[in-house]
Amino acid sequence: MRRITCSTGLQLLLLSLLLTMLVAVSSGLGYIRIGFFDVIRIVLSKLPGMESLTDGVSSLFPVVITTVRMPRILTSACVGAGLALSGVVFQGILLNPLADPYTLGVSSGAAVGASLALWLHFGIWGMWSIPIFAFAGSGLTLVVVMYLASSDTELSSSSLILSGIIVSSILSAGVSFIKYMADEQVGVIIFWLMGSFGSKTWGDVWLTLSSLILGLGVCLFFSGELNVMSLGSRSAASLGVDTRKVRMILLITASLVSAVCVSVSGIIGFVGLLVPHIMRTLSGPDNRRLIPVSVLAGACLMLGADTITRAVLPHEIPIGVLTALIGGPFFCYIYRRRQVSGFHDN
Amino acid sequence: MTIETEQISFGYGTRPAVRNISMTLKPGIFYGILGPNGCGKTTLVDLLIRHRTPDTGTIFYRGIPLERYSRKQIAREMALVPQHYAISFPFTSREIVLMGRHPHLGRLDFPSKMDHYLVDAVMEQTETREFENRLISELSGGERQRVIFARALVQDTPVLILDEATSNLDISHAISLFNLAFERVSDRGKTVIAVMQDINLAALFCQYLILMKNGQAVYQGHCDEVLTETSIQSIFEVKSSSNTWEKFLLKKSEIAVPIAVGIK
Repeated sequence: MRRITCSTGLQLLLLSLLLTMLVAVSSGLGYIRIGFFDVIRIVLSKLPGMESLTDGVSSLFPVVITTVRMPRILTSACVGAGLALSGVVFQGILLNPLADPYTLGVSSGAAVGASLALWLHFGIWGMWSIPIFAFAGSGLTLVVVMYLASSDTELSSSSLILSGIIVSSILSAGVSFIKYMADEQVGVIIFWLMGSFGSKTWGDVWLTLSSLILGLGVCLFFSGELNVMSLGSRSAASLGVDTRKVRMILLITASLVSAVCVSVSGIIGFVGLLVPHIMRTLSGPDNRRLIPVSVLAGACLMLGADTITRAVLPHEIPIGVLTALIGGPFFCYIYRRRQVSGFHDN
Repeated sequence: MTIETEQISFGYGTRPAVRNISMTLKPGIFYGILGPNGCGKTTLVDLLIRHRTPDTGTIFYRGIPLERYSRKQIAREMALVPQHYAISFPFTSREIVLMGRHPHLGRLDFPSKMDHYLVDAVMEQTETREFENRLISELSGGERQRVIFARALVQDTPVLILDEATSNLDISHAISLFNLAFERVSDRGKTVIAVMQDINLAALFCQYLILMKNGQAVYQGHCDEVLTETSIQSIFEVKSSSNTWEKFLLKKSEIAVPIAVGIK
């Protein structure tokens, strides 16, 4: 398998352009079609001194764009970016190309939290009740998994993965139990679990964007160490990397980023697994390049998928189902191609 | 850059792996550590690079306890060529070698021109330049081991620790890599500590030997003094007539050195 050589700067530029185009095009798509240039005008009119740009555009359009579509579009882009970021980091730390943001049970924890809130009609924090419960569920799960794995002094990837699997399977039994008990609420729970970006607000945008920026900063800060850690913990130690500390910091950061994503959007699989894989074949495994490239690609992919389910398909289907339906077979394809090309891990 | 260990011991749970080892390792000397499987050689190496810390006893480096150094400081002083390595992602050989410069780089720094010159030179010496752009996953075991060796040389440290670093290599590559390590000892006054299985190679390169058994350093001394029939028999528990013994151990002066010189 050869790398497609193309400078990282160019890749970043192309992906940024693609993302901008996707945002602009998808804002125009939907039940009410809005022309591409009207979208540009509406967006630019938000800048100070440019208010006159919307003259001649239907007064309904700016409302549709700014209060309905933009929050959804930007949230989906941020969630896609966040999941791709934590996917890269999880695969890098666990030295396992099959790891994804949910390997440590973040999604199962969020599922239990959200199902509980939905089942008990818990609404004390209004629209934030379910995200807060979901986030608390992921956070608690992370603490338990870390505690289980920390008996291993090196915090090795096998003990982390094993702890994650154990805790996840207990929690999915919990979710099944809640579904069983929930009677007529079960539909709502199942719908939440499949993921959706419907009725997102600017609050969701700021929440996911700020967690993404913070997480990206931390991960880039440790990206050189993450590279060295792919040589194994003993070699990494001999090259001056405190593997236990870096692992701990990056695992917690990546888990929190994905926990925020999950609590806002529900469980959307395959983006965090697929994007790092594709980008690794395009720009190589060097995390200093792979992380920013994957973040942009994740944003594009998620936004693209969400636009398909929102505006292209005749009926909206849950985004988690769509990503799995497209991502699963695609993953089979690249996995198969990799085996044929004779690339083996380690 | 003298390393001194004072009565260091280490155990995995209740099973002791290293017992009361005291030794002094000086610059400009090629040290060899020999012993049967499971005698604690690799654990001793782990203690020296502080991958593990001794349960009792202290290791001094330049007269200062090793635990006072930061991880990165240690990495600027000691490089390790490990026995086992699994590289999980498809890096190119050159990227792997370049990682040897990691302890010398600041955070978020990309390698400088000087770093690249050094990498070029070392890859030339280790004959890895020809596959510098190939993925590490596509190389043979021996080629990979040379890449890992090059990475440790690029780290450019006063102490170089080889943990069975040539176990996958043919004799000619093994000797040429040991020659590279030996040059650094004789010309630049560095310290090399090599864990070895091959007694012939040890006799060829090491000036000073540490023979280990059951976690203890049973014999320590100059190669010629330590490498005797009795010491080898007691360490490795090989019983043999002196006749086969003669065949097993090539005498350093007679055969081994001409081989090394010929290849160099």
